[in-house]
Amino acid sequence: MFHRFMRRHDTTDIVMWLIGFGLLAAVIYGSFVTLSSGKYDASVWLDFTIFGLAQGSVYALIALGYTLVYGILFMINFAHGEVFTGGVFTAYFVAIALENSGFIERHWVLSLLILMAVAMTVSVLVAVVLERIAYRPLRGAPRLVPLITAIGASFFLQYTYRGIYGSGIKTYPDFPALDGKLNMFGREWPILTVQALVIVVAALMMIFLYWYVQKTKAGKAMRAVAEDKEAAALMGIDVDRVIVNTFALGGSMAGVAGILYALLFKQVNAFMGFIPGIKAFTAAVLGGIGNVPGAMLGGLFLGIVESLGPSLILDGLGIPSPYQLKDAIAFTLLVLVLIFRPSGIMGERLSEKKA
Amino acid sequence: MDKELKFSWSEILKFGAIAGIVAIYVILVGMVEAFNDRYIISETVTLGQIALFSPVFLLGYFAADKARQIKSTGFAILSSALVGLVGGIFVAALLFLGANINMRAVFLNVSPDLLKILHLGQETMLGAIAANLIISAIVGLFGGLFALTPHKWSNALLVGLSIVLLMGIMQELMTITFGSKDWYKPIGKFIYAQKGLSWGGAILFLILGAAYSLWRGSGKFRPAAKVAKMPAKQRMTVSLTAWALGLIILLALPKFLGSYPSEILTTVGIYIIMGLGLNIVVGFAGLLDLGYVAFFAIGAYTVGVLTTTGKLATVGWSFWMALPIAVFLAMFAGVLLGIPVLKMRGDYLAIVTLGFGEIIRVLVLSDWLKPFIGGAQGILQIPKPHIGGFVFKGPQQMYYIVLAGILLVGYVAWRLRDARVGRAWKAMREDEDVAEAMGIHLVSTKLMAFATGAAFAGLAGAIFAAKLGSIFPQSFNLIVSINVLSLIIVGGIGSLPGVVVGALILVGLPELLREFADFRMLFYGALLVAMMLVKPEGFVPEKTHARELSEKEPFAPEIEPEAPARETI
Repeated sequence: MFHRFMRRHDTTDIVMWLIGFGLLAAVIYGSFVTLSSGKYDASVWLDFTIFGLAQGSVYALIALGYTLVYGILFMINFAHGEVFTGGVFTAYFVAIALENSGFIERHWVLSLLILMAVAMTVSVLVAVVLERIAYRPLRGAPRLVPLITAIGASFFLQYTYRGIYGSGIKTYPDFPALDGKLNMFGREWPILTVQALVIVVAALMMIFLYWYVQKTKAGKAMRAVAEDKEAAALMGIDVDRVIVNTFALGGSMAGVAGILYALLFKQVNAFMGFIPGIKAFTAAVLGGIGNVPGAMLGGLFLGIVESLGPSLILDGLGIPSPYQLKDAIAFTLLVLVLIFRPSGIMGERLSEKKA
Repeated sequence: MDKELKFSWSEILKFGAIAGIVAIYVILVGMVEAFNDRYIISETVTLGQIALFSPVFLLGYFAADKARQIKSTGFAILSSALVGLVGGIFVAALLFLGANINMRAVFLNVSPDLLKILHLGQETMLGAIAANLIISAIVGLFGGLFALTPHKWSNALLVGLSIVLLMGIMQELMTITFGSKDWYKPIGKFIYAQKGLSWGGAILFLILGAAYSLWRGSGKFRPAAKVAKMPAKQRMTVSLTAWALGLIILLALPKFLGSYPSEILTTVGIYIIMGLGLNIVVGFAGLLDLGYVAFFAIGAYTVGVLTTTGKLATVGWSFWMALPIAVFLAMFAGVLLGIPVLKMRGDYLAIVTLGFGEIIRVLVLSDWLKPFIGGAQGILQIPKPHIGGFVFKGPQQMYYIVLAGILLVGYVAWRLRDARVGRAWKAMREDEDVAEAMGIHLVSTKLMAFATGAAFAGLAGAIFAAKLGSIFPQSFNLIVSINVLSLIIVGGIGSLPGVVVGALILVGLPELLREFADFRMLFYGALLVAMMLVKPEGFVPEKTHARELSEKEPFAPEIEPEAPARETI
């Protein structure tokens, strides 16, 4: 019996399952202890969940950029986090100008739209230039070559922002109209106005993207190229242009995500894109990389896990100041998904080659 | 292709615009101002000016190089000058804008000081613009002339100029090292002025460098070929003598150089040890590991915890007792982190190892582990190692521990490379499936690579902790991993001498240029991209690897059917 089991499974498989079960047991035990202690009441959990949804929708928007590019080029655009930073950091200076002229107070919707337009433009520009200079000449090179290029580009961009815009943390101006809880339909809802706005805008962008990819001609070309580049080229599709389009689309999502991030967290600096970038990548992997709805769901899921996890699991395990470890939760999740289900929650089964 | 052979006026505009944009980038990112106090040639040329005008020079070079293939030489020279002029217009436009509107709110570096530098010594705005245009055109023209010079001479000039630049940067180091020695004083007085090289020194180094290059190029200098022709016995003697001589020089170096250069050398040495380790993982086995710093941290923290006499004191062992534990723990961590990623390849592996590195960093910084490893305050009072009564107290003594480490690790890496497991690593790097079909046990081979690489990093970390005497979490961030990766890529992936060369260039050189610290990562990032685009096999390529890379179709601009299955890097 034992021998037959051993023959069918590698030792490493067993070690991995043991690690998995150990972590699962820790998660269950931690949650149980926290919940039975009654340290937090229901409204706190609701707040955590809503915050998780809001930051998750930002992750989801960034994750779309990873997923779109991966779907077409089978490469991880490691510098996508910096595409995100470029837009929101540049828009910061516009935001300051708008605040100083009092424009934000008078027309907050219009200012928000202006900021988004600026951030999108810059992010698209960064993404397209990146593709042109760093990635296009390497198409067809062994897979690690563009990856190393992307890592280099990521650092280059971070330190470029630092050199040009300065190294300090900058505080985004406040939108007075968005302060406090959401007041609508004659009653107060248990959600901050900013969070509601972030969720709604992100949802609109995702619907737009889904429509673009599924219904427009450009989206059809994109899907065709993702399916088979050669056949698409034979059908008269300009593959280079489709790839540029893809980078631009990912960049524009990252631009919007940047402004939403700034609304939620109020701070920007030159290195801000790195951690959200990796987390968004986690989200993309969670949903099955290359899968557009998957990236959206993965982002929301990661956002919620990250916001609930520290108090729910780590607190119960008796770890002091658990919130410091929230990044570790996201990365652990990434590792676990890649080990146990590299195709993601809802991705199609990838061959081992791709994973 | 027709497209390649086109060179017209619009092309000149394009090249000029690129030069201008790059020059503006260099200005805005702050390099021109930061490097402006660093004189290369006394009172005449600063590093800032070199940074400002090198884009124009380069693009002038490229323009002339492209133009001469189609058009006449005269046109090529003219086009390079025009490229310079167009580039100059961009810089002049920035100068004009900067003087008239306040750009500082956004672009931090456009300060009055910077504008003064861009005036190039002219008082009036008109004069400054004219000076920019004229000098840019002349520099572009020089770039063009450089492209048209026969290869032998332009190469000699390049070597000469590089030596001048290097000696200019090394002024401080030379003065610190040899300033008090009697034999150096007249030499130093001749080659250096107050700030930067004297004209005499500059010309001397230019001639020396050029002459050396011409001599090398003439084909008379081939010691390796000469040795190869000798009978076996004589060859043995020659190589043994060379090794012994090299070792004696290495042993005498700290005594001869003094404290500060030894400090730089020890830092370089620690990176060499790490580079040799990562070279096994990335270079031999082809597993891109971005969380390499984690093992370095484990080595350093193990030594820290076990030996410290400060607040966190535990057992208070000596360095030599803690060292094997540190190496073993790092190795163990290598296997532990290796198991989950066994089935991943390429880019996924990179991101997961990056995640591991970040997890370790977050854990080290957390309050949770603070009682054991000190959190953000780190571990203080790590005693220096000693043998009997001899204490390795300063960099001049630590140097020997580092040197011993390099020799040991280098020997292990060198022996492993051609051993059975080394060949298995390389086979796995080329194609995992084929390797497996050939009977290579992938699991143990991969784990062996992770474990060996991690052990080297653990050793480096242990020495690092003893060298500094205190360790802080900030020393163990992702940047270390990227530094190590950059140095093995610059040296040549899989190449052992490449690691040494890469570490000297990427770790040693920046230590000489303090102003450079802010731009170090910028430079590394650009270097990674440039190396992958232009010279993916590195400067000291490993033979088989270079062959593999050149075997492959050249990077065609057309679409390749799919990401190829080969996992070469």
